[in-house]
Amino acid sequence: MGAAMKFGVVIFPGSNCDHDCYYAVQSVIGKPVEFIWHQDTSLKGFDAVILPGGFSYGDYLRTGALAKFSPVMQSVKEFANKGGLVIGICNGFQILTESGLLPGALMRNVTRQYICKFLKISTETTNSPFTNQAQKGQILSIPIGHGDGNYFADPETLKRLNAEDRVAFRYHGENPNGSLESIAGILNEGRNVLGMMPHPDRSSEQILGSTDGKLIFESMVNALAGAGR
Amino acid sequence: MKATVIVTLKPTVLDPQGMTIQRSVKSMGLPEVADVRQGKYFDVNLADGVSPDRGKEIVQKLAKDVLTNPVIEEFRIVWEPR
Repeated sequence: MGAAMKFGVVIFPGSNCDHDCYYAVQSVIGKPVEFIWHQDTSLKGFDAVILPGGFSYGDYLRTGALAKFSPVMQSVKEFANKGGLVIGICNGFQILTESGLLPGALMRNVTRQYICKFLKISTETTNSPFTNQAQKGQILSIPIGHGDGNYFADPETLKRLNAEDRVAFRYHGENPNGSLESIAGILNEGRNVLGMMPHPDRSSEQILGSTDGKLIFESMVNALAGAGR
Repeated sequence: MKATVIVTLKPTVLDPQGMTIQRSVKSMGLPEVADVRQGKYFDVNLADGVSPDRGKEIVQKLAKDVLTNPVIEEFRIVWEPR
């Protein structure tokens, strides 16, 4: 057994789900967690990094486009390339695609509306550090809150994502934003980086309406424990 | 040196905002507007003394690496005549 596993939550200017993520890890999952300022450049001691939802840099230029120039992102890239667990939720997903850590792009919702509501997603793979505690095909009740969640990728990238079992979640039933193939979350090639538009941080306690999001944090804990953390 | 960078969605990418504008314009009585594509426009001024070659290199890099998301967008640069 290694040192106690530690989560980090990055705060960009304009992040607004940073405290939700911190709370979910600390109070619901019961694991050590610290905030990481966007100007920090060291991720030493962290086992998992969360890029939270919000409106980093006011969504100026494109959602997530300016956050990729934050000093911390160079460290997040190195951390991810070394196999560290990185989860980007909502704006965090947008930052991961803009940074090139995940393929594709999140475009304006096809309805042009900002959508904030609970919906259902299906777990498409359990072969990842983020979904190992779920069942394949398991339907999760989880909220979204975004104006730019319309996943787009060229046909070749889509084909590859499917062939490599890298679609983590799809919207079940209704596709709220026009995402190609109803994609709600994807993994990188190494399976240690996940981006998802729905919010597990807003669905980890019954008082919020669902505890299904907890499965994602519990999967991460399980993966880290298995790796001796 | 001054350049204008125009960023547009690739022709193969759906533009919900442009489509909404086109539909709205139709209902205001301009059915002749067949298609609208929305884009972005950036005025870029370079510091005095930058050579034309270096200037072109800088604006090209800015447009490619910052102003455009190559997955969905493309750009063109218009240089202001001096």
